[in-house]
Amino acid sequence: MAQAIRKKPLSKTVNAAVSARIVAQDHFRTLRLGTPFQPRIDALAKTQDWYNWAGYRAPNSLWNEELEYFAIRSQAAVFDISPMTKYRIEGPDAEAFLDRVTLRDVAKLRPGRVHYTAWCDDEGFVLDDGTLFRLSPTRFRLCSQERHLPWLLDSAIGFDVSVAEETEAVAGLALQGPTSFAVLRDAGFAGVEKLKIFDLADLPHDGGTVGISRTGFTGDLGYELFVPADRALSLWDRLMTAGQLRGIRAIGYTALNRARLEAGLIVANADFTTAEHAIRADRLRLPDEIGLGFMIDLQKGHFNGRRAILEARAKRKLRHVLVGLEIDGNIPAEHAIVYHKKSQEVGLVSAAMWSPMAKRNIAIASLARPYGDTMVEDLWVEIYAMRELQHQKLMKRAKVVARPFIKLDRRTANPPADF
Amino acid sequence: MTSSETIVIGGGHNGLVAAAALAKAGRKVLVLEAGSEVGGAARTEEFAPGFRVSSVAHLLNRLHPDVVKALDLDKHGLQFARADFMPSVALSKDGPLVLHGAYGEVLTGTNSSEQSAWKELRAQLLRYAGILKPFLSRRPPDLAGMSLRETASLGQTALALKKLGKEDMRDFLRVLLMNVADLLDEQLADIRLKGLLAFDATLGSNLGPRSPTSLLGLYYRLAGETGGAAGAQIFPQGGMGAVAAAIRAAAEKAGVTIRTSTPVAKIIVEKGRAVGVALHTGEVLRARTIVSAINPATTFLDLVGPREIDTGFVRKVKNIRMKGDAAKLNLALDRPPQFTGVDAAGHKGRLVIAPSPDHVERAFNPSKYGEFSPEPVMEITLPSLADPSLAPSGACVLSAVVQYAPYALKEGWDAGKPKFLKAIMAQLEAYAPGIGKSVVHAELLTPADIETRYRMPGGHWHHGELQADQMLISRPVSGWSGYDTPLEGLFLASAGSHPGGGVSGAPGLNAARRIIAMKG
Repeated sequence: MAQAIRKKPLSKTVNAAVSARIVAQDHFRTLRLGTPFQPRIDALAKTQDWYNWAGYRAPNSLWNEELEYFAIRSQAAVFDISPMTKYRIEGPDAEAFLDRVTLRDVAKLRPGRVHYTAWCDDEGFVLDDGTLFRLSPTRFRLCSQERHLPWLLDSAIGFDVSVAEETEAVAGLALQGPTSFAVLRDAGFAGVEKLKIFDLADLPHDGGTVGISRTGFTGDLGYELFVPADRALSLWDRLMTAGQLRGIRAIGYTALNRARLEAGLIVANADFTTAEHAIRADRLRLPDEIGLGFMIDLQKGHFNGRRAILEARAKRKLRHVLVGLEIDGNIPAEHAIVYHKKSQEVGLVSAAMWSPMAKRNIAIASLARPYGDTMVEDLWVEIYAMRELQHQKLMKRAKVVARPFIKLDRRTANPPADF
Repeated sequence: MTSSETIVIGGGHNGLVAAAALAKAGRKVLVLEAGSEVGGAARTEEFAPGFRVSSVAHLLNRLHPDVVKALDLDKHGLQFARADFMPSVALSKDGPLVLHGAYGEVLTGTNSSEQSAWKELRAQLLRYAGILKPFLSRRPPDLAGMSLRETASLGQTALALKKLGKEDMRDFLRVLLMNVADLLDEQLADIRLKGLLAFDATLGSNLGPRSPTSLLGLYYRLAGETGGAAGAQIFPQGGMGAVAAAIRAAAEKAGVTIRTSTPVAKIIVEKGRAVGVALHTGEVLRARTIVSAINPATTFLDLVGPREIDTGFVRKVKNIRMKGDAAKLNLALDRPPQFTGVDAAGHKGRLVIAPSPDHVERAFNPSKYGEFSPEPVMEITLPSLADPSLAPSGACVLSAVVQYAPYALKEGWDAGKPKFLKAIMAQLEAYAPGIGKSVVHAELLTPADIETRYRMPGGHWHHGELQADQMLISRPVSGWSGYDTPLEGLFLASAGSHPGGGVSGAPGLNAARRIIAMKG
């Protein structure tokens, strides 16, 4: 049959076109993308423990997740944040545009500063949270967990602003831990000592610049560095060389996740479900329901979700609350159900650990109001402790406590301490 | 800066109806009209020296009885007698077929079996349209939170459905979203009659008779009534401007102030609330309530601006489909034309060139690809025969709505308009030989012209395509179909809102009722 159909051999030009197309479609052979730092990370990946971060091959751990965590708290840890979604937002209306899209007042964000913010859909449900970098009066970088280009572009209608995704073009590194400042200084980044918490600056690197901000996801002294993808490896090498005697270590997500939990920070689609991912109607969350109510600025102009958020507040339609818990004992209560009076289900733990820094058994949980809000007594979590192939059911008392669970003075100390 | 209690933007007929109804409820109302006179697309205008014509809408077939009653329009010069009902004449090379009275109470020009088939079909169409009729005069059901009254009225619809009987109810549901051509093929044989109905079902929309859901257009038409008779159509003495004038008179009597030549540049929003308007002159007028009786997209994208509303809402508004597909032809003729085989009464009726459903479908096809119909279909009226004041003595006005004329014509309307006019004239010549030579002046309004002249984006006279996905709870956009908007104090009242276009006044009246009920 095949011969009957293909009477003439395909011409050479057709063959060339077909093979060009096959080459162009070769992407499927790469199961997960590598970041610009991948050659260095691969070389360090002793555990070969990978996960999928927004389509990238990212390490859960590289050599030892316990020691990686302690690298954050006692040394300097390098974590590749290149897969984080990054948008470049630029134009005369960039500030007004971001004011309309995000919850916080962007006019209050000075050039050279960073703030943590979130954005909502029309119904006031959180689409994502992220960090907004004001690079100049008219230029911003918005970093987030999920992708939002269509939403941002549609939000740009009527604004003199351009929005472009730069996730691939810009590599990112988090350098976190007590010696992180010293590493940067020793690497020759003059001026980095002037950065206060949430400050950012462009410093020379490899014939170009690297954007360094005193930010992070660990609650520790730390910095985040953004560099064009083609200068990523030289940045990595520069830090590693400078940090050799300061205990610099590359780490994976498991360690970072512990540090962020101690810092009381939440992760989209781990501690709450983002509006565009939620399938079930009761999984959507208003900012007030996940502890982001502080961002809402009713004094500024209109922003997405304002009407719905105001209505929910006025009509007392806030149904959930996100809280920090301190739990008796030392068994992490990961994904444990939270009970009132040991019997009534009132919520779920989304992240939990024994905190070596706080020396407490801590957790983040979402509870159905009024529990966790006005009713905070008599709360319990049910922990299934696996002990030699047998689940032991533990009912442990949980106490609602303030986040962050740890507060490190070195995070905000000025000038940054030299360890 | 002055302060008025309620400002109505747009003095089209819906704006005037809303204004009058609000004023009658005791409100102080100011209407701001951009044009030099009120009426919007329902005006009578001079298009050649001594020749006057209804601007866009040229037949009255759905002015809502509640509007007539609420505004006492009969006392303001609007009265409809049975004798005024215009026949519809289906023109054909095989001789005309005529629907007399209210949408063919009597059918002539065909055989008796077709007549009885039509009698049955007409009764069925009116029965089914009657189920939908009550929706015209109330808010679409609010799915998020229905009041007891809304639930009750929805229940009444369910009851009305049930009253049809089991067979009829099933059939109603079966045919609801059908295309009109298939339904007609089930019940009729005469292609002239089928052509006329196919034309009426698709008039003013981007649908051909074989497009799914095209039957809804016929229901929409038949849900309208005139003088208490469903489907009846009349030509108002003095043209459509007379209807607008009557509504204006009612509004002014109720105490409404009207300012013409006063385009609004901006709706002023403070903290999520519409608090006033800014005029092109810079003058600022503040008001407790703003009623926008102009196009919904213009309202939000231009006057309010995307910055004051949520992104999701902007998306929805931008996605409202409103590219007109119908043109308006006004001809000044030095003598009345003679349509072959049509008697004098027929010439005073509505003359439709749509000789078969196939013809209508073929006329529709090119419009999908940005081309006008080489053999367009059209409905023609000769208003000066009924009202001689519209034309100089002995002369005649021809007013026609012509399909299909896609708003976004591929070659552009500058180049396409003369060609389209030629195609229209060729069609007219075929049915009224010699008409070409009697033309003193021809004015063809393409959707692009209608857009500019009457401030109707896309030149769409419904202010938004009237199809299933843009009806009821989805009109103008889903979630905001009840005349209120995401902005407190701002309401919609144009044809872009439920139930839709045509000179009905229903959106205006429904909006006013909603505002009064909300104490907005």
